[in-house]
Amino acid sequence: MTRRTYSALAVALEIAVPLAILLAWQAWTASADNQHFPTPTTILEQFRELWLFAEFERHVLPSLIRIGAGFGIGVVLGVALGIPLGLWRRARVLAMPHIEYWRAMPPPALLPISVVLLNDIGDKQKITFIAFFCLFPVLLNTIDGVRGIEPTLLETARSYRVPARERIRRLVLPAALPQIVAGMRTSLSLAVIVMVVAEYFSSTEGVGFVLLDAKNTFRMGPMWAAILLIGLLGYLLNLLFLLAERRALAWHRGWRAATPD
Amino acid sequence: MLYTWPMATSGEVARPAAPVRGSRRSLGSQRTPAGDFILPVLSIGVSLLLWEAVSRSGVISQQDLPSMTASFGELWSLAQTREFWANLGYTARGWGLGLLIGTALAVPIGIVLGSSELAARAFRVPIEFMRPIPSAVLIPLLFLTIGANLRSELFLASFGAFWPLLVQTMYGVRDVDPIAIDTARSFGVGRFARLYRIKLPSAVPYIATGFRISSTVALILAFTAELFMGTPGLGQAMNFATSYGLNDQLYALALATGFLGLAIHFLTSSLEKRALRWHPSQRSETP
Amino acid sequence: MLEIKSLGKTYGSGENAVQAIADVSFTVSDGEFLCVVGPSGCGKTTLLKCIAGLLAPSRGEVLLRGRRLTGPPPEMALVFQEYSRSLMPWTSVRNNVLLPLRHKKLSRDERRRLVEEALGAVGLTRFIDHYPWQLSGGMQQRVAIARALAYQPSILLMDEPFASVDAQTRADLEDLVLQVREEFGITILFVTHDIDESVYLSDRIIVLAHAPTVVKETLPVDLPHPRDQIETKELPDFAHLRAHVYRLVRREQQPIEAAPVQPAAVAER
Repeated sequence: MTRRTYSALAVALEIAVPLAILLAWQAWTASADNQHFPTPTTILEQFRELWLFAEFERHVLPSLIRIGAGFGIGVVLGVALGIPLGLWRRARVLAMPHIEYWRAMPPPALLPISVVLLNDIGDKQKITFIAFFCLFPVLLNTIDGVRGIEPTLLETARSYRVPARERIRRLVLPAALPQIVAGMRTSLSLAVIVMVVAEYFSSTEGVGFVLLDAKNTFRMGPMWAAILLIGLLGYLLNLLFLLAERRALAWHRGWRAATPD
Repeated sequence: MLYTWPMATSGEVARPAAPVRGSRRSLGSQRTPAGDFILPVLSIGVSLLLWEAVSRSGVISQQDLPSMTASFGELWSLAQTREFWANLGYTARGWGLGLLIGTALAVPIGIVLGSSELAARAFRVPIEFMRPIPSAVLIPLLFLTIGANLRSELFLASFGAFWPLLVQTMYGVRDVDPIAIDTARSFGVGRFARLYRIKLPSAVPYIATGFRISSTVALILAFTAELFMGTPGLGQAMNFATSYGLNDQLYALALATGFLGLAIHFLTSSLEKRALRWHPSQRSETP
Repeated sequence: MLEIKSLGKTYGSGENAVQAIADVSFTVSDGEFLCVVGPSGCGKTTLLKCIAGLLAPSRGEVLLRGRRLTGPPPEMALVFQEYSRSLMPWTSVRNNVLLPLRHKKLSRDERRRLVEEALGAVGLTRFIDHYPWQLSGGMQQRVAIARALAYQPSILLMDEPFASVDAQTRADLEDLVLQVREEFGITILFVTHDIDESVYLSDRIIVLAHAPTVVKETLPVDLPHPRDQIETKELPDFAHLRAHVYRLVRREQQPIEAAPVQPAAVAER
């Protein structure tokens, strides 16, 4: 088929397939009439009722704050630790066993401990917990990014006697940034799920709590609304991050395109 | 206009007091194989001792932070019980089967979607929406519909494992060097053979990376299902310990879970490294 | 001004020891353009890095105005062969040239002036706000040279800087370097494997021997200034000098079969 028919077909499919899925979902749930699976329209209705804007402040806001703070702290710590570990081999050798152990630990396994250790089920515990796990993807990627810096660049800086602080700020950090950003993206989606799990386990408010409460009271409306919200949250945050990344790393794309490997 | 070149005054020559040292990353650092082994061991040892010291000194109460010896002691006791190993087995089972099912579905579908541009585009939107949903949010739903049993746990684990592997496989199949494909076509190599002989081998590193990611997700979800729904396994044991305030056991179980995670991670990373040996350029995860 | 005394560099130890440089001694006078030529693998880059203070020599010393070097001194600037890898791709040409100036005690205006003048001297004023990778290879090397100039060194060290550009660009860059030397009166230590280039540019040539790496011969180059790509190269003296250096270097070039162990070749970088 011609190029044009092909493109037209592709675009048509891009629209038709999701639409078809939605319609099928609506039709199936409507006919099945199962209380556990309300129709998409019902879910949207519930969504609007809950989150716009009745319970927004009570549940969504705290969750967002926790994600934001946990992610932020995790990233800052990850980069701050990753740079020296990337630069100094000895430090890396010492730190590696710890990093390897904690990065492989499933986050929920530390949930009860985080509550017991910090004696808290509020923001302090949540944010610490989220930050702890957001740390690792960023840390590992920072280390990789720093280690992968073009040696000629570092040598140039040395030959011009650029002091260490300037080197890190103007050379190491920007050079490792593409890699760091990749780690940040992973951490962001991790932050969402870790937050939900932490709130589900022990909380008095938040989106995860709504989920738990809905289960305990057998209310499917709020449950699905919460599921939809969380999915949407993950999607939107990822999208926003992608946009920010595109701007921050515009140079990187140009450079890769211009430089044959 | 022309700026003058200051002849270096005596003060500007390399300061005799402190010689300018290059980045410590230079070739000079000693690398001994013995050091590479001793240092990590030392590091672990020191942190374990630190744990012991912090706990015993009471900076954090021994109730909240059982000492290192108490925790490991408890772990040792647990390891003598059949129940512990059964639980470990259940969690491993949840992980393994979930990963297997997820892989068995994701790879073939990924190959199909990856090979057909039209199919990939058609399903792009649904995949992009389903991808970021944290599978753990389905726990209450599963609890109320299927119930707190192995099926729920497996559904959760495989659902979670499915998406990363699907996306990685699709990407891997699509990222083949077009020159290789064109060469094959010019030699009259058929479509299926092209897929089987060129696209798949070139996609293997991506699939291996996806496998590692999915494995991590599967373990997390299996454990989470046990923790929240009470299906048998380490998660359930931890739930029990939490409910009864058995902190020693709690820490011991966390340690055990960490080791399980470590073992699994080691396994999947080794597999990944082997698959990557032939493809040094294709290493990063998909955007 | 610059004295290299019995410089030696050996990598590794014991059986795996690789001797990059055996015993190299020479001096560089103020304002001189000195070329170092040698066959491939004789350790020219290692030599330059030792002189620049980036590598610690195993033996001997480097004296700058009588003081022993223990690290990169402030009066030296180094231009590498791989220009694209020595420039920061995430920022503009301006900021690349600015980097070495940031830690010098200068006012913001002075820095700006130095950057603009340096880029003007290499003819890149128009591209001051471009990214380095938007420029051609030759232009990127000019940026590296401008960066070195803005730093206001008394000595410029250049490690085969034009080896990675095409012949046409190379000729332009050679003339640029000569012009820069005229304008700013800096001393230049130029390493190359291109014999024509070495004769064309220099006031004096040092020919290195290979395995062991020592100074084989030092030749004064009495060709008239200003040099010209066509006229200078037409002179009989140019041909003689060139031939002489070529013979020296060629005799040093060992065929690979004749010498089974080529340690210096491994140690080049």
